[in-house]
Amino acid sequence: MKTKKLLGRLATVFFSLLCVAYISPLFIVLINSFKKKTAISLEPFRLPTAETFVGLQNYIADIQQYGFLEAVGWTVLLTVGSVLVILLCTSMFAWFITRVNAWYTRLLYLLCVFSMVVPFQMVMFTLSKTTDTLRLGTPWGLIIIYLGFGAGLAVFMFCGFVKSIPLGIEEAAMIDGCTPLRTFFSVVLPIMKPTYISVGILETMWIWNDFLLPYLTLDRNRYNTISMVVQNMQGSYGRVDMGAIMACLVMAVIPVVVFYLSCQKHIIKGVAAGAVKG
Amino acid sequence: MEKAIKRYFPVFVLPTLLAFCIGFIWPFLQGLYLSFCEFRTVNDAVFVGLSNYAKAISDPEFLHAFWFTALFAVTTVVLINLLGFLVALAFTQNFKGINIFRTVFFMPNLIGGIVLGYIWQLIFNGVLAYFGTTLKISTFWGFWGLVILVCWQQIGYMMIIYIAGLQAIPGDLTEAAQIDGASAWQRLIHVILPNMMPSITICTFLTLTNGFKLFDQNLSLTAGDPMKSTEMMALNIYNTFYGRVGWQGVGQAKAVLFFILVVGIGLIQLRITRSKEVQQ
Repeated sequence: MKTKKLLGRLATVFFSLLCVAYISPLFIVLINSFKKKTAISLEPFRLPTAETFVGLQNYIADIQQYGFLEAVGWTVLLTVGSVLVILLCTSMFAWFITRVNAWYTRLLYLLCVFSMVVPFQMVMFTLSKTTDTLRLGTPWGLIIIYLGFGAGLAVFMFCGFVKSIPLGIEEAAMIDGCTPLRTFFSVVLPIMKPTYISVGILETMWIWNDFLLPYLTLDRNRYNTISMVVQNMQGSYGRVDMGAIMACLVMAVIPVVVFYLSCQKHIIKGVAAGAVKG
Repeated sequence: MEKAIKRYFPVFVLPTLLAFCIGFIWPFLQGLYLSFCEFRTVNDAVFVGLSNYAKAISDPEFLHAFWFTALFAVTTVVLINLLGFLVALAFTQNFKGINIFRTVFFMPNLIGGIVLGYIWQLIFNGVLAYFGTTLKISTFWGFWGLVILVCWQQIGYMMIIYIAGLQAIPGDLTEAAQIDGASAWQRLIHVILPNMMPSITICTFLTLTNGFKLFDQNLSLTAGDPMKSTEMMALNIYNTFYGRVGWQGVGQAKAVLFFILVVGIGLIQLRITRSKEVQQ
């Protein structure tokens, strides 16, 4: 018994150290975000000294010169808008194609599963041309593109859940005079709440961090997402402002960490659920 | 009931269907067609048959990208799954702090690929400066840098799936084995692993396809430097489209080949690991 306790303590100490090492890259970036830009690439592992410490100057540069706050706004709009639309539309779609048994519903299901395995590069060029032609290159327009491209996973997960709902509940509602719309919204939707959370989290993680799709389709002079701002800072040849990049990375990571810590339970459940279905 | 629902087709199905056509079906079909054409924008396409495919498979950069990607995918599949499984095994034991450890290990997963790339660029270049080199000039460190980055990002994700799998193994199975005198190692090999095959299937599938499809991290960490030697397939396709004028058709042909490769490898892998799963 004593050796077991000792082993447990050792494990705690060992993994504590490992965890500190594991997240140290984030702290190193945080430390560097307060340093003068010329001091960063030379000595990234040194704490700022009186000479190299610049306070919040790098953060102010991000906000004033690189339009960081606007990018946060567009990213939030794009993510929240797309996820809400995806949740509503694909859950209705999934319920319909599960409950109606016809050749075209089976085809739609197969197409959705198929779209999950197609790499983005396959449609990258033609998709960006299509959005150009249809003038969807705005954060609002991109919501439609995300609904189309993200439908696969969402439909797949919702279908899996709808199949497990006993038909009797819906039949009872319809016999009592509910229209299919009413049945969906007052009977099916409440039962599916856990799946809404799982799908919502998976899609949020994807759209918030997505880089290439908005980069190729958005009008870059007017709209940028957080990932695009980070990439643009590096992309301009010659002068690379390391200080501004560090501050930008910190500000890009903070919302993610806050989101994670505040709904960690749901995120982990969502990931596990998504994996089992995948 | 089905009849009543069918009448609501426009409300339930149409919005998603339209978006699905715009966002996936039409670009996919057009992409398939354009891979047989020469074009710069979409409207000036001229049918040229298989010549794009011939150019694609004889492009040394594309072939290099293929081998580099394959090597990368194999390395990361092994490392991520091995480490993810070990961590999951440790974090299903009984000692203090497990919840915090799980939280920390999973966190990198939520950070976007572009942001991750620049975080690690700082770290690697800082370390490599002591050896007088940088990521920009070393293929070797470019490769291992990408491997470390992707491991850091995905171990936590696979850990979560493995933990869920471990917790689903009925306790009496391992207990029975223990009573029959099986050692911890024997329990792991003969009881836990066979029951974990569904999780292993999922995790190897995810890491393998993620490895092949990697783009953001590649672009931000090395951008293919030095001399395109760390350019992976997705980035190579991107550069063919947007970096070489007149090569759009070849880019599209590469994209089709890439798509077939990813789907093919995914299917083969699923078949192999599925056959090793046991019924409980």
